[in-house]
Amino acid sequence: MGKIIVCHCEDVTLADLEEAFEHGFRDLESLKRYTGFATGLCQGKCCTAHVARFLGALKGGDDVVADPPRTRPLLQPTPVAHFAGDLPGSGEPGPQEAP
Amino acid sequence: MRDRAELVIIGGGVIGLSLAYHLARLGFTDVLVLEQGYLCFGASGRNGGGVRQQWSTEENIRLMKESVRMFRRLATETGYNIWFRQGGYLFLARDAQTAAQLEQNVRLQNRCGVGTRLIQPRQAARIVPGLATAGIEVCAHNPSDGVLFPFPVVWGMARVAQDLGVTIETFTRVSRIEAQGRQIVKVITDRGAIATHRVVNAAGAWSWQIARMLGVELPNKPYRHEILICEPVKPFLDPMVSDLSDGTYFSQTMRGEICGGVSDPHEPSSMETGTSFEFLRRMSRSLVRILPRLANLKILRAWAGFYDETPDGQPILGRVDSIDGFIQLNGFGGHGFMLAPVIGKLAAEWILRKVDHPIFSRYDLGRFARGELQKETFVIG
Repeated sequence: MGKIIVCHCEDVTLADLEEAFEHGFRDLESLKRYTGFATGLCQGKCCTAHVARFLGALKGGDDVVADPPRTRPLLQPTPVAHFAGDLPGSGEPGPQEAP
Repeated sequence: MRDRAELVIIGGGVIGLSLAYHLARLGFTDVLVLEQGYLCFGASGRNGGGVRQQWSTEENIRLMKESVRMFRRLATETGYNIWFRQGGYLFLARDAQTAAQLEQNVRLQNRCGVGTRLIQPRQAARIVPGLATAGIEVCAHNPSDGVLFPFPVVWGMARVAQDLGVTIETFTRVSRIEAQGRQIVKVITDRGAIATHRVVNAAGAWSWQIARMLGVELPNKPYRHEILICEPVKPFLDPMVSDLSDGTYFSQTMRGEICGGVSDPHEPSSMETGTSFEFLRRMSRSLVRILPRLANLKILRAWAGFYDETPDGQPILGRVDSIDGFIQLNGFGGHGFMLAPVIGKLAAEWILRKVDHPIFSRYDLGRFARGELQKETFVIG
């Protein structure tokens, strides 16, 4: 069988998941940290369901593993500049003028 | 799960695992490590990976020199690549008082054999391309400080300890500890009870809860610290950069991401791990002020972890007065990860071979009652 990619952003394959499982990383949070799935540009939106399903299978037949990794902000990658400006009406100085 | 152990370590973070790792390497493996979540669940999996020798007390400088030496060997010893990169640490001072403190620190660091130099903002801009020099009084740079990837440090120490015979139980929560008089008899978890006379409290932000199970009150308080990571870009940033005016710190990981956080002086003590919009704003404004070219970088993710803080910014190590065999290794604030190798080694030698080290009396819990606080002023983030 060819290479099966489960996380496109970080290029994580099914074989990577199986190897991680062999090494004792057998929950989604640990698999995420060991393989890096869900840490790329999509932040898990594309891959978490696949990994949950494969992990379920590796654990012996459950279709899906419940309890997905904690979803963290941001929803979409967002430039630093978008957060660095003034809040309208806040009266705060912009970052360049800060003391 | 096993029902007895010579020594139970509560907390499978880097401090508890470093102790287990060093005990095992000295031949003592009748050790059970209890972790409430997965490995890297607590602060050990949530920090920025900074490793610095720039401190304001001789003790911390010397301990950190040893930790750096140990981190350099750790990948070879464990078989896990910890991505330790000694790109230096650059501190920015924006006022005369902070500049004076840096000057004093640098003198002390140099006396301890750490090669920190005070440099002018223009020189710093050669180390950090694009640094906005306006408003910076002076900088302190030590090229042998660095950053690492925390996860494989934790996994590597756990792996070796397990291979040598230590037991690590994850997803196992301690609910009670039973004692008879001064003697510990049993640790009760949600997965069973363990008979033991010796317990190490390496539970980080949860340490005060563990201690209270034995009637011991720790002054430690957990504080949330938020951190973010930006999309990866071509490597351009050697050092960890830290602005002392607001506690901002950031570095570039080996994957190319910019990763860092900033202090919030108004953050109340809590067990909250959510992230806030306010943090994203404060951190973004600080990043742009320090390095304007970061403005167009996209933020991917933010998360939070705990600083387990003591009143004097130093850890609590060693025995307590009221209970025998109850050892504290907690209260490390924001610098437990970097101290973990040396603390684990010294604690293992102390527990197993009775090799004393001044830290186990100087940093004991009793110092607060005695009024002998050990102030470390150089706490960042």
